[in-house]
Amino acid sequence: MTGKQLKQSLVFNIFRLISLSVVAILFVILGFIVTRGIKVVNWEFLTSMPKDQMTHGGIYPAIIGTLCLIAGSMVFAFPIGVMSAIYMNEYLKESFLKKFIRTMTNNLAGIPSIVFGLFGMALFVNTMKFGDSIIAGSLTLGLMALPVIIRTTEEALKSVDDSLRIGSYALGATRLQTIRRVVLPVAFPNILTGLILSIGRVSGETAPILFTVAAYFLPKLPSSIFDSVMALPYHLYVLTTSGTNVTESRPMAYGTAFVLIMIVLILNLLANLVRRIAGKKTKMN
Amino acid sequence: MPEYKVEVKNLDLFYGDFQALKKINFTAEPNTVSAFIGPSGCGKSTLLRMFNRMNDLIDGVRFTGEIYIDGKDVFAKSVDVDGLRKSVGMVFQKPNPFPKTIFENVAYGLRVNGVNDKHFIEKQVIEAIKKAALWDEVKDKLKKSAMELSGGQQQRLCIARTLAVEPALILMDEPASALDPISTGKIEDLIFELKNQYTIIIVTHNLQQAGRISDYTAFFYLGELVEWNKTKIIFTNPSDIRTQNYITGRFG
Repeated sequence: MTGKQLKQSLVFNIFRLISLSVVAILFVILGFIVTRGIKVVNWEFLTSMPKDQMTHGGIYPAIIGTLCLIAGSMVFAFPIGVMSAIYMNEYLKESFLKKFIRTMTNNLAGIPSIVFGLFGMALFVNTMKFGDSIIAGSLTLGLMALPVIIRTTEEALKSVDDSLRIGSYALGATRLQTIRRVVLPVAFPNILTGLILSIGRVSGETAPILFTVAAYFLPKLPSSIFDSVMALPYHLYVLTTSGTNVTESRPMAYGTAFVLIMIVLILNLLANLVRRIAGKKTKMN
Repeated sequence: MPEYKVEVKNLDLFYGDFQALKKINFTAEPNTVSAFIGPSGCGKSTLLRMFNRMNDLIDGVRFTGEIYIDGKDVFAKSVDVDGLRKSVGMVFQKPNPFPKTIFENVAYGLRVNGVNDKHFIEKQVIEAIKKAALWDEVKDKLKKSAMELSGGQQQRLCIARTLAVEPALILMDEPASALDPISTGKIEDLIFELKNQYTIIIVTHNLQQAGRISDYTAFFYLGELVEWNKTKIIFTNPSDIRTQNYITGRFG
């Protein structure tokens, strides 16, 4: 081996070590949560109300609350985000307006989540008088997820080969028909990726729901979108720091973290499956 | 079936400040194949895209002059551009089938033009695939993805897709340049067949191809239509020295 080759193999081995250490960190975190969390996770934990000052019982209302918030925020943010991205990528020519919208979208992504929480409280909870409610929390989380959805959808649309659009126009299709019948089906798997990413983000956020929906302790299920709910990330925070008996409820906290991770993981796998099936149908070359 | 005559009158075209076409005058008779030849950047593809107004999609294109297809002004305010594109088919350099089934690729033009009659669509699709000389190769896999076809088959599928909406004028932008010699031969045979029913204008870099398949040849150079005439005359007795230099391979 010459000196040059030696140097090269040394450098790449260092790179390899570093990238493996990233994987290692993930596994350490997962292992830490799983080993501690799995002990308390059983059917009762998943399906019953918390009791004895949250040191026993389950986290059922928090699971349902988080699922409601995921669904609510996506119902709101997904169509708006996808439509904005379509407008920007398919209709708007390169212009000041387009640059302006894109810059503002990026700025929106940079706003700290606690600021979204404050804004959501001011607008949805107080001004619009939704109170601490699923709808207020969903709207706040949805706002936060918008830039992620817009950006990933835009990328997905951009990756659709222009020759397909041109081919469609040449057959007499309108712009809208081209988008609906050619562009969207091809971009769909990648648009789903944006949905997955934003679900991951939304389900783990605590700050935006703190003042808009999350209940400290509410051992019943919501009956309408104007009820407040418990949610997994906030419940985790409560169990760890501000419960009445933090030491006793610690195992419950690990269990909650475990469930939260599992929900995100399962949703990811599910969306990946859909993505793969959809991707097969519209596979390019 | 209408027989489309194509006339270009005094067409000037600019991309920004660059003049891409200079005072073009040209006529294509019905049921003939006209070949546009000339070095890259001479404006031949730009002119081709004027016939179905594909240049509308490009920013910064300005033009003056007129194009008449079947006696109708292509640029008249009243023209429905989508309707125009339906009656003027276009085949591109790189095969661009949609990532749909073979059947749906060919049915696409009908569907976007509001045809819902299942039996009619089926009839048109089968007929178009047969006309495009692809039927024997795909008849058992119409429900399979068009992406599974070879490049040459994909290009014939794109031709079938164009034929299904019954255009009278077909534009081809170097339709065989991305294909192997055998596929190219098939496309050329096909063009020869199709001119019985359609007016065809083809852009090509391949002079032998122009010689083999076209009735008329137009030579473009630096945005000018240097000369156009019967293909035989252009290739044996061109009147402009630039044409002669080009076809004898002295430049381009």
